[in-house]
Parts: sequence; C-alpha cells; structure tokens
Amino acid sequence: MTSHFLIRSLDRGAIAFVIVVAALAVIIPLFNLAVPESSAFHLPTYLVALFGKYACYALLALSIDLIWGYCGILSLGHGAFFALGGYAMGMYLMRQIGTRGVYADPILPDFMVFLNWKDLPIAWYGFWFFPYAALMVFLVPGALAFVFGWFAFRSRVTGVYLSIITQALTYALMLGFFRNNFGFGGNNGLTDFKDILGFNVQSETTRNALFAISCLMLILCFLLCRAIIGSKFGKVLIAIRDAEARTRFLGYRVESYKLFVFTLSACMAGLAGALYVPQVGIINPGEFAPGNSIEAVIWVAVGGRGTLIGAALGAVVVNYAKTFFTSGPLAPYWLFLLGSLFVAVTLLLPRGIIGTLRHWTALKRDRASAAAEDGVTGPPPEPAPAE
Amino acid sequence: MHIYRACLVALLLVFVVALGHTAAHAASLDEAVAHFAADDFDESIAGVGELAASGSPRAEIIIRALQNGQLMFSAERKAVYIQEAADKLTDAATGQPITGSPPDDLDNVRLNNRLRGAIDGALGGLTLLSSDPAKRYAAGEAVFKSREASVLPTLETAIAKEQDPRVKQVLLQARAAITLSSDSATDADKLTAVEIIGLRGDQDALGLLSSLPASTSAAVVKAAGVAALAIQKRLAVWDAVQNAWYGISLGSVLLLAAIGLAITFGVMGVINMAHGEMVMIGAYATYVVQELIRNYDPGLFDYSLAIAFPLAFVVSGIVGILIERCVIRFLYGRPLETLLATWGLSLILQQAVRSAFGPNNREVGNPSWMSGAFDLGGITITYNRMWIICFSLGVFVALLALLRYTRFGLEMRAVTQNRPMAASMGIRTSRVDALTFGLGSGIAGIAGVALSQIDNVSPNLGQGYIIDSFMVVVFGGVGNLWGTFVGSFVLGIANKFLEPYAGAVLGKIAILVLIILFIQKRPRGMFALKGRAVEA
Repeated sequence: MTSHFLIRSLDRGAIAFVIVVAALAVIIPLFNLAVPESSAFHLPTYLVALFGKYACYALLALSIDLIWGYCGILSLGHGAFFALGGYAMGMYLMRQIGTRGVYADPILPDFMVFLNWKDLPIAWYGFWFFPYAALMVFLVPGALAFVFGWFAFRSRVTGVYLSIITQALTYALMLGFFRNNFGFGGNNGLTDFKDILGFNVQSETTRNALFAISCLMLILCFLLCRAIIGSKFGKVLIAIRDAEARTRFLGYRVESYKLFVFTLSACMAGLAGALYVPQVGIINPGEFAPGNSIEAVIWVAVGGRGTLIGAALGAVVVNYAKTFFTSGPLAPYWLFLLGSLFVAVTLLLPRGIIGTLRHWTALKRDRASAAAEDGVTGPPPEPAPAE
Repeated sequence: MHIYRACLVALLLVFVVALGHTAAHAASLDEAVAHFAADDFDESIAGVGELAASGSPRAEIIIRALQNGQLMFSAERKAVYIQEAADKLTDAATGQPITGSPPDDLDNVRLNNRLRGAIDGALGGLTLLSSDPAKRYAAGEAVFKSREASVLPTLETAIAKEQDPRVKQVLLQARAAITLSSDSATDADKLTAVEIIGLRGDQDALGLLSSLPASTSAAVVKAAGVAALAIQKRLAVWDAVQNAWYGISLGSVLLLAAIGLAITFGVMGVINMAHGEMVMIGAYATYVVQELIRNYDPGLFDYSLAIAFPLAFVVSGIVGILIERCVIRFLYGRPLETLLATWGLSLILQQAVRSAFGPNNREVGNPSWMSGAFDLGGITITYNRMWIICFSLGVFVALLALLRYTRFGLEMRAVTQNRPMAASMGIRTSRVDALTFGLGSGIAGIAGVALSQIDNVSPNLGQGYIIDSFMVVVFGGVGNLWGTFVGSFVLGIANKFLEPYAGAVLGKIAILVLIILFIQKRPRGMFALKGRAVEA
C-alpha cells in the first residue's frame, strides 16, 4: 500500500533527485577514501564535512518547504527546531566525552564542573544512551511545535502574525540558551566532542559515514514529503494554503491538518540539526538567532517553494555562494549579496529556480498541445501564486 | 605723640590677646594630641573626642591624618607627628616641619573599628558647624550613620543655631539616632527619637530601627517595630513607583519604535522588517549632526538634537518612500514575500552603514539639558529618560492629530478601512501608500534620534528593538494608534515588574509566553479592527 503510494507519487524530477543524492552519498566518500591523496581526483575531508553541512541545510529547507510551500505556514522560527535537535545530539556527544574532558569528570560535562555544579541537571539524564538521545532529537522539537502549534492554530493565528510569533519563539529560546544557569553551556554552547557511537567524530571514515547518513535521511524525508503531498491529506493541505476559510467551511478540521504537518516538519528540522552538530563539531545559542531561520526560508524561496527539490537545491546553492563569498576577499559584500537575493527572488523570481523551470516546460507543453489542436490560442491563464 | 602711643598700646593689646588665645588653643590641643602617644585605643578615642571639642583648625587635619594612617608617635620623645610624605614629618600640634633625623621608635597610631567609628563621628561633628549648608547636611548624615555619642554636644549647638529647615531635619535625625543607640537616654526621649526616624523612612532608618541595642525597653522596641513596618511599606510603595517609572520609560521607547511599524502594518498590511534599520538611520543622522557640530561650531551642541530631529525624519522618510516605490509596491497582496524582501533590505542597509561608519559603536553625546538626574520622593529620575517620555508622548499626540485633522490622515484612515472603496471615492491609494510608508519610516527615524541618547549607536541598533516592536503591534492590534500606545506601556511596565523576580532574560521570555497566551484570547490584538477588512 505504502510502496504503491510512493511509486505513484514519484515523477521524473523526483526520481532524478533521489538518484543524484544517492549517487553523491556513494561517490563523495569514494573520492575521499578510495582515491589516494596524491591523486588530482582526491576530495579533501573538509569538503566532505562541508557537503555534509549542505545536506543538513537541504533537509532543513525541505522541512520548511513542506509547511510553507504546501500549507502556507511561513515559520520564521524553524531554526529553533533545528537547534533543539542539534542540542539533543550535542548533549549525547557531551556525555560521551566522559573522563576525557579537561576536568576529567566521569559524569559532568566540563562547563558544569567549571560552573561548580555538583549534580547533573535532570534534563541531561539519559543522554548517554544513544536511542534515548535519538528519540529526543525528534521528541523535543516535535513537542515544542505541537504545543506551540496547538495554541497558535487553535486561535487561528495566521499569515504574518504567525511568522512574527515564530520569530519571537526562536528569539526567546536564544535568550534562554545564552544563560549559563539554563544548563546547556550558555554562551559557548556544546563542543569538544570526542566520539559518536564509539567512532571518533574527527576521523575521515566517521565524517564520510555521517555525510552518507545525511544524504540517506534527506532521501527518506524527501520520499516521506512526496508521499504526504501525493496523498489525499496533501490535497487538503494545498487547499488550506489556497483558501483556508473555504476548506474549513467544507468541513475539514484545518487546525488538525496544520498541527500535524507543522509538528512533522519540526521533527524533520530537529533531525537535520542532529546530523549537523557532529559534522560541524559545535552547537551554540547563535543557531537560534532569528536571522538564521529567515535565511533558511530564503533558500526555499530561491529554489522554489512548493517543489521540495527546489528547497534542497536552494539550500545548497545559497550556502555554496555563502562559502564562496565569505571565504574570499569579497567577504564584506556577502550581506549585500544575500540582501539583494532576498529582494531579487521575491520581486523577479517568485517561483524560484525549479518553479520557473516547471512553469516554462508547462507553457511549452501547452503551446505544443494548442498548436496541435489548432483551436485554442495561447496558454490558459496560470493561477496566481497563492499565499 | 599721644596718638602714636595709643596706637602702639592697642596693637600690643591685640597682639597679647591673640597670643593668649592661641596659647589656650595650643594648650588643649597639646593635651589632646598627647593622648595618641599612649599607644592605647581608649586613649586615642579620648584624644579624638578632645580634638573635636577643641575647635582648633588643626583638629580636622590631625584626625584625617589618623584616619589615613599618617599619624605617627614616638613613645620615647612623647611626641606625635604627621607623616605627610615618606621623608616629610611635621609636628602634629603645630604643623611645623621636623628637621633633623626622625625618632628611632617612630610608629603609626594604630586603628581599630571602634576608633574608626569615633573618627567618622568626630569628622562629622567638626563639619557640623561649617558655614556651608551642604557640608552641614553631609555632616549630619555622617553622624546619623556613625551614631557617635561624643559629638552630641556639638550637635546640640548646631541644632540650636541651624536656620535651614532641610539641614535641621537631618541634624534632628542624627540626634535621634544617637539617642536610640545610647544606654542612658530615657524611654520618652527614645520614643520621640523613634518617631523622628520613622519619618525619615529610608533604608538607613530601617537598619537603625531593626538594630536597637539590647538594653532598649520593650515599649521602645515595640514602637520601633511599628515604625519599621511603616517604613517597609513606604519603601515597597516607592519600589513599585520606581519600577513603574522604569516601565513607563521602556514603554515610551517601545512606543517610539513601534508606532511607525503599526502605521505601515495597519494601512498596508505590510510588515516592514527593515523598520529597525530606519531607527538606526535616524540614530546615525544624529551622530553625523553632532560630528559636524563638534568640528565646526561646538557652541551649537545643545541644539544638536533639534537639528537632527527634522533631518532624521526626512532622511528615514525618503529611504522609506524609496523602498516602497522600488520594492514593496510590487508585492502588495503577498505579505509573506514582503516580509522576506524587507528583511533583505535590512541586511543591505545594515551592511551599508557598517561599511560607511565602521562596525563599532559611535559616540553620541547628551546635550547639557538631557544629562543629570533629580530626586523625586524615593526615586531618582534621569533627565534623558524624562525627556524621551515627553518626546514620545509628543510624537504620539502629533500623529493622532495628523490622522484626525488633516486631509492626508483622512485618506489614510479611509484606505485602512476599505481600500477598494477609498479608491473608488477618488483617493489615490498608491500615493497614500507611499506617503504612509514614508511617514512610518520617518517616525522610526526620529525614534532613532531619541534612542541615540540612551543606547549604543551601532549598525545593530535596530535589531534590538524590532522584535519588541513587533510584539507591541501584535499585542496592541493594528486597529488604531491607541492599541500601540496601550500595548507598549503595558509591555514596558510588565517587563520591568517581572525583572526583579525573574531576571531580565527570563522576564522577556515570560512576556513572550504571555503574549502567545494572550493572542489565544484575542488573536488580532487588544484593539482589533472590526469589519470585513479583517478577513481580507
């Protein structure tokens, strides 16, 4: 039944996307591990970590596209769920350090010893156990999204109001996590990780494995999103996006649909954060900054909202540009470019890269069919992009 | 001849009298100083008391030397010196420098806490009779705190002589403090003293009333308890007033920052994420004006804000109109895209200012009429905060008047209520949009002028206010300006009342949570716009 769903939901673009990502997940580790370092085709390890980072960003973008592109919920606080997932993973990694920390305390992470704490806070219990930590990666962002969404959607907070409130949410979390007595490392966050599931996080093989896992998760989440979009449930989501009041009058419980997809999206963002942390080696409250969440939204806008593939593509393209600009002499101009990107995409390319491509092919197909029938002149009017 | 002789006699007489007077001083001074050579705390305290009573101008110098550990003595020569510098020794009583080698057993006169108390009291007593009322006031305060019984005679003299009611009050309080801590005073005196101190009503009075000596009778203790309770109540009230004042101050800042946002959001349904940058531009305009004044005409510095005020309005307003004409008008009906585009603009503006002025804080000074503070009852009010409150209220009233009484205001209200209808009545809605955006941005600019007086002027200035301003708009609703007004003051005051209990950061988080809960009840804010426009 489910496989039937999956197969039916895949079009050519989706199949191509899955194949490309899967191929990358194999090829990149191959070029890093199998090709000798002397060879021109050898891929340095730092690039593997970088690509792994992009894969996590792509996953985050995917989660945003699911709610923004298909349900019209613009969350400017998705970075919060990303960071919460990251913190859950970071806490597991901190507990794995054990006696290898600077203060060599078998239980307490370094910063707690430094702050003169005697006992492990309750929030940290159980994080030495990987399955528990992995569960928390989904549960914490999911629970927050559920509670927040329950309040917000029930009272019909929509549109820009919702965007602003989500931004305030991540801002509040940032303020909280910056505090030392909050118990998550304060300003410095969590870092100095040693190993994950017994493997050294710094080693080449672990990095390649993490990259491959990130790609795998990206594919799985992509398939999950496609399955949801392709189902009847997905049709209702799109109906909510295009005419929320009408959908409600037709008898659908709009709040429940929104709440489900919002919570699911938060879990995906949490997963992205959890994969991100071991690859970059640090998580700190800066990840909660409202600016990060808005940047993630622009990735989706660049690639094309409501296309899924576009979201992932946009995340990679924008972040590649960011890496390129901020590491060179052009660094001071990066913010100009990013700012212009926001303006240019919304003004000139509202469909995004993939959306525009699809639009063009649709136009061409329509022209061709019109020419064939020789009856209708010009393409049928394209429905305006809905809010 | 006669006359000369008379003059000579008179002169001689004057000389003799003067000499006799000095000699009398010198005798008591010598005796008092001799106490310090005994190397005994009780002797030293007696010495301090006698010095204070001597009325000699040297007394204060000697006591200060003792306080600073510069008073030295030699047991062998029975002499007391002041070590003014490492190699400069003067005789304590006369102030004459000592020539020749210093005595071998030269040593500091030792101090303990009891002696220090005596010194503080004595110094207080010495200045009690000063001709400067401010000094007498300070001396009275010093005695009140030290409760040094030895200055009581001086204090009585000072009270009898005192003309200034304010100083007299302090002197009476000082006497009451001494009475309360003495063992010999009668209960009746002590009860009067409790009453006087109860009227003083500050933290010091509370401390005094709660630390009565053990020998105090039950009646006095009871009276003191009642008075202390009254003081505590009074202090709690002043504390609340202080918090309310801080809250109003924060609220006025929020009002300034949010009101422009509320206008653009209310009229056009557009969230301007670059609003904070308009505030920043206003603050930098102030900085530029002050720099120019510093370089060309420093005398104008007090008028710098008056010059910056219209300039900031015009500059921010023009930037706002440009943004509306070049970007936002293409995005009407797509509020989420507008949000993203204006966020991009805010990044560009921030980086532009960073490139032009550097990433560091720029110094913006307070004009003289905005610096300093004054006391009102139990709270301190700084002038800059007070002027900013007045200023934001002024801006608010001006804006209300603009909306109510001008043609532009009428058109703006019409467009807010029903855009298509307004357009069909002949209002050029696109022109109203542009001007509204300019107005909102201009007000943000003048908010920047005010904020430059209390905050760091840096490229990130706007970011610090933008989320708070949004909260105000969400909380207050966009129906009318009163929503913004009430919203900003409620949030400001709530913030400041939560801070003492939860700390600044947790207070902020609590406010955010409360707002999220509040919009459960009223999803469109306190002053929601009613009618069909809401669902559009």
